[in-house]
Amino acid sequence: MPEKFDCIVVGAGPAGTACAYELAKAGVNVLLLERGEYPGAKNVMGGVLYRKMMEDIIPEFYKEAPLERPIVEQRFMMMDKESAVTFSYKGLEWGREPYNNFTVLRAKFDQWFAEKAVEQGALLVCETVAVECIVENGRVVGVRTDRPDGDIYADVVVLADGVNSLLAKQLGFHREWRPDEVALATMEILKLDKNIIEDRFNLEPNQGCTIEIFGDATKGIVGTGFLYTNKDTLSIGVGTLLSGLIKHKMKPYELLEYVKNHPMIRPYIQGSEPVEYLAHLIPEGGYHSIPKVAGHGVLVVGDAAQLVNAIHREGSNMAMTSGRLAAETIIMAKAQNDFSESMLDQYRMKLMESFIGQDLKKYKDATHHFERFPQYFEQYIPMMNRAASQMFTVDGASKWEKQQKIWRDLGSAKQKFKLARDMMKAWKVMK
Amino acid sequence: MLHIVACIKQVPDTKIIKMNPKTNTMDRASAPAILNPYDAHAVEEAVRLKKKYGGTVSVLTMGPPPAVKAIKKCIELGADEGYMISDRAFAGADTLATSYALTKALEKIAKQRPIDLVICGKMTIDGDTGQVGPGIARRLNIPPLTGVKKVVEINKEKGYAIVHRKLEDGYEVVQSTLPCLFTVEKDINDISFAPLPNMIKAARYQPTIWTADDLEDVDRKQLGLKGSPTIVSKVWAPPKPEGGELLEGSTKEKVEQLLSLVLAKKELFQ
Repeated sequence: MPEKFDCIVVGAGPAGTACAYELAKAGVNVLLLERGEYPGAKNVMGGVLYRKMMEDIIPEFYKEAPLERPIVEQRFMMMDKESAVTFSYKGLEWGREPYNNFTVLRAKFDQWFAEKAVEQGALLVCETVAVECIVENGRVVGVRTDRPDGDIYADVVVLADGVNSLLAKQLGFHREWRPDEVALATMEILKLDKNIIEDRFNLEPNQGCTIEIFGDATKGIVGTGFLYTNKDTLSIGVGTLLSGLIKHKMKPYELLEYVKNHPMIRPYIQGSEPVEYLAHLIPEGGYHSIPKVAGHGVLVVGDAAQLVNAIHREGSNMAMTSGRLAAETIIMAKAQNDFSESMLDQYRMKLMESFIGQDLKKYKDATHHFERFPQYFEQYIPMMNRAASQMFTVDGASKWEKQQKIWRDLGSAKQKFKLARDMMKAWKVMK
Repeated sequence: MLHIVACIKQVPDTKIIKMNPKTNTMDRASAPAILNPYDAHAVEEAVRLKKKYGGTVSVLTMGPPPAVKAIKKCIELGADEGYMISDRAFAGADTLATSYALTKALEKIAKQRPIDLVICGKMTIDGDTGQVGPGIARRLNIPPLTGVKKVVEINKEKGYAIVHRKLEDGYEVVQSTLPCLFTVEKDINDISFAPLPNMIKAARYQPTIWTADDLEDVDRKQLGLKGSPTIVSKVWAPPKPEGGELLEGSTKEKVEQLLSLVLAKKELFQ
């Protein structure tokens, strides 16, 4: 007779591990399944980990977790072919406790986080793929793995199996994602001397900087490029909606090469050695794409539930919080020995009441808006660069003349009206 | 019912390890620790014999605390019990001291349950000596059968084992008395895909850990660095082969080219 657990969590990423950690801590008998050789072996993200949501789970984790650098500066570049308008905030308060966020390398961090869950009493089994949920009488009662004698049972199964979530799809919780609901990100980890990193990014030792790059980084396709500082490596990448790549017939690695060789970016990474190449899908459908997240005996968390705020490049924090909320719900369900959908659906309510639901609702139309109207990335960012160049080039023309020129550059009255309308619309989807 | 003990070791994965060019030693931090691949075949064979004849498979290792991971890997493969000897006193052991310490642990295991067969991998991929297996056999005073590539029969009642030993130009069929010790080749079996219950058992499993004090009749002078007469006078990375010529074309063309090159070397035919 196969063994039965209180709970099986499929996937040891931030969402699954957070859930397993909280459950184990509460004395729930939990099995954490991971397909990779170790947690983090298959996981990819640009690299920003948010302090608050991680601390909700492990207070003062930053004292022992394998982190790269606390981020003290966030830059946003509106980039054209050979220019960029940059907006930045640097605050040294972010460089000391309690910090704001950190760069991390997932292969190290996820492994550490999963070890913490094991210390709490979770049972971690790696190199094992959950191939389907076992459904009996309309209830999920366990999972079938790819191993011999691979069936395993539980009162409740948590699907933290990532963006494609084949298991949730098999249950009919979601359809195949449309190309405009997922972004494809490719990134490289570049080895560079610690001191050179600190010099180039104007950092004190063990401070970090993130740069988000809009506009020419994606050749006008909706998406962003990014460049983050780790201890002695840089993470550079570019993520664009799949639909954009299809429309522009671009290959993702071509885009990455383009960014790496861009005159605005190249000086940052000069002399570095690529040590790793990674690529992954990111769920960016937002609020409208959130699937069914609770069923009889089953919950869906993290990327599998499309919980990513593409506008603010937040995902790992939502993953952790969703895992924690799922655990809270399961602990409640266990106390009442009721794992029905109506009981577990309290997870959805918790999710929607939290910052996750609020933020995703706030930006529910943002990605789709920029996807539908490519002029923001294709026209307005270059326009902004031309205006800045015009204004700050001292060539003897009076400032009034310059303003007139910039005004003329905005086009005909009709084009100006369209621009104003687009800005209003952008404000509406972002506010 | 057989009691088979497989002796295993956790080693750095030498496929990806980097050598320190200055000291010519392995940079152990540069490679993940894995179960020595030959030892995985030893455990697999032990488990297969258990399935065929019934019995128990124990694994034994000497190493620092993280080596528990290698024992867990063996539990995944189907071993029943794991023993580990771990103590500063064992540190710095060469093959002589290692086989001594392992023998003492085997004697302790045998007191709890008599051992019919010890199986070791042919060698470890970090040391490449292949001496520990025969060293254990000598100390236990049992026959060592090295280079085993097939186990034909184990007969506990009549007290014999028949195996195929790999030779350079074939193999020999050998019959030995039991108990005995095998060191096995990689081609003895294919590692099977572990069933889920084994994975779960391994995740939970905690091996029995003994220190030097837990072993009986131990001569401390024979342990660790003190018991290791081996002197490593020099270590160097093998020089990369230079020169050479790459033949191109179809197989037929390449053979013809090779033939004419070889025939041109007159000194080969004197």
